[in-house]
Amino acid sequence: MIKLENVTKAFETPAGTVVAADRINMEVADGEICVLLGPSGCGKTTTLKMINRLIEPTSGKIYINGKDTDRYDPVELRRTIGYVIQQIGLFPNMTVEENVCVVPKLLGWNLDKAKQRASELLATINLDPALFLKRYPKELSGGQQQRVGVARALAADPPVLLMDEPFGAIDPINREVIQDEFLKMHRRLRKTVMFVSHDIDEAVKMADKVAIFRAGRLEQFASPDDLLAHPANDFIADFVGTDRTLKRLRLVKVGAALEPRAPTVVADDPLDHVLALMREHGQRIVMVVDPSGRPQGFLDRDIVAGLSGTAAEHRANLPATVRIEDDLRTAVSKMFMHDVRWMACVDREGLFAGFVSQRGIARLLGETYRAPAGIPR
Amino acid sequence: MAIRSVMSGRWTAALGLAAAFALGVAAQRGGLVDQVAKYRGDIAFLSQQHMKLVAISGGLAILIGVPLGLWLSRPRMRGAAETIMQALNLGSTIPTLAVLALSMSLLGIGVVPAIFGLWAASLLPIVRNTYAGMLGVPPHFIEAATGMGMRPLQILSGVEVPNALFVTFAGIRTALAINVGTAPLAFLIGGGGLGELIFTGIDLNEPGMMLAGAIPTALLAVLVDFAVGVVSYWVVPRGVNPLR
Repeated sequence: MIKLENVTKAFETPAGTVVAADRINMEVADGEICVLLGPSGCGKTTTLKMINRLIEPTSGKIYINGKDTDRYDPVELRRTIGYVIQQIGLFPNMTVEENVCVVPKLLGWNLDKAKQRASELLATINLDPALFLKRYPKELSGGQQQRVGVARALAADPPVLLMDEPFGAIDPINREVIQDEFLKMHRRLRKTVMFVSHDIDEAVKMADKVAIFRAGRLEQFASPDDLLAHPANDFIADFVGTDRTLKRLRLVKVGAALEPRAPTVVADDPLDHVLALMREHGQRIVMVVDPSGRPQGFLDRDIVAGLSGTAAEHRANLPATVRIEDDLRTAVSKMFMHDVRWMACVDREGLFAGFVSQRGIARLLGETYRAPAGIPR
Repeated sequence: MAIRSVMSGRWTAALGLAAAFALGVAAQRGGLVDQVAKYRGDIAFLSQQHMKLVAISGGLAILIGVPLGLWLSRPRMRGAAETIMQALNLGSTIPTLAVLALSMSLLGIGVVPAIFGLWAASLLPIVRNTYAGMLGVPPHFIEAATGMGMRPLQILSGVEVPNALFVTFAGIRTALAINVGTAPLAFLIGGGGLGELIFTGIDLNEPGMMLAGAIPTALLAVLVDFAVGVVSYWVVPRGVNPLR
């Protein structure tokens, strides 16, 4: 857990005192990713660097796992905190292995243990240890260097990780890949992460909590969904963008908007049974599934009313399906692509799980605006 | 890149050898070889003396120049460093012969003023390159190192110096090349060395004697340059060594 209490940093410059961070209060729970977000010069990096005391706060207290960071020797403190910077800062005179072993060696681990650890870490970031341990940074691509940078920060298994725009210098395609890898690794390791970014999309993707800064002040500290749904003021509304509700689509999985109790029929069922089912459920659509439950097509009341025969004879094909673990952005994108207002949703095994509809999504996203007062702002 | 530079080095060497061979043939025809060979004993003795001058003055220049460059590169020296570097630059514009003359007027004649003069002449490239190499280490390496919990001395020895080493070695190479080439002047203030053959040869208008000093001087310069090159090839870590 990282807790900031009234943390302030004032720099004396010839032009007068500049307050880079003004009475910052925030708390990041164990295992959460907190993204510090804001335009350049807003104090987010200053705030980050005060946590490992690269910058000493003018006043205020910072606690890591309940312990006051002032009570440590700053050098000892930094060895217990992982640190990743945008330029990566892998030391070019050292091999990948030596780079990863820096902090373990500082902590006095024996060399075999440190090397063992380096080898394990490389495997977890999808770099073959046999191939990469003895390479020098200049022999790696930018994305590989950034992965090694993260591995180096994790070498001594610190509970807290500070990252200063770590993926900022990587091209957009690789950035997505590395973000996904990092999230996957984070789900396993559950480090408490402070992450500086100026990219709202990155924040929405990575963060459990977002802290938005402006001119040294913490303007809003909230979950990404809250931030997008209820920006606290015009500055934040501007910063997160006019398409902020669309951004929320990324945060919600299809499962949340699912209408699960949808009736299904099998191929041999006669149409009058189908129509009875539609009346009973008040549904216009009935799904046709195979005996194991995989969707095969659908029947629309407006088309099959008055006809006779079996479900198989009249079923229409599904243009596409979405998976229950996809985000709503994917679902909406597919709906627009196929010009449909609803889609069938399947679970991990490919079995029919229910419908997701444009109306359902709109209702779900709108819920937070209709909810009674009491939403933390 | 490494292979190419080695290859081009080999080509230069081969061309040099061919030229030397051609010169040798010409010299043989003119009877020069015999004239030079006459001074075999002198060459051996004076070469030794010459190398002693170079080794002592160059060694002292490295011992003083590298730490001085490191010290000037420290953040708390930032203000004064530029001024000191300017002063050193100014010092380097004084011709070496003048430096030797000044040194003689201070220390008299003999080996000591010669060594002092050569030391002064080769100090500057070493200080300058060490300083420039250190300043050339990107600040984010130092930030990363600090953020990881390295102490200032650990950062200096583990990150800054290894990354500045290649540039520092280039300075040492230049300095020693200057040193070997300048050392014949030491004879003029009683320091001995191969200058004795060169200058006496000139004075007596005896090309054989002159060449008996000049050729070994040139060979020594090449040899020293090559030796420093080999040392830097192996000492500078592979990750920051453009030659490897």
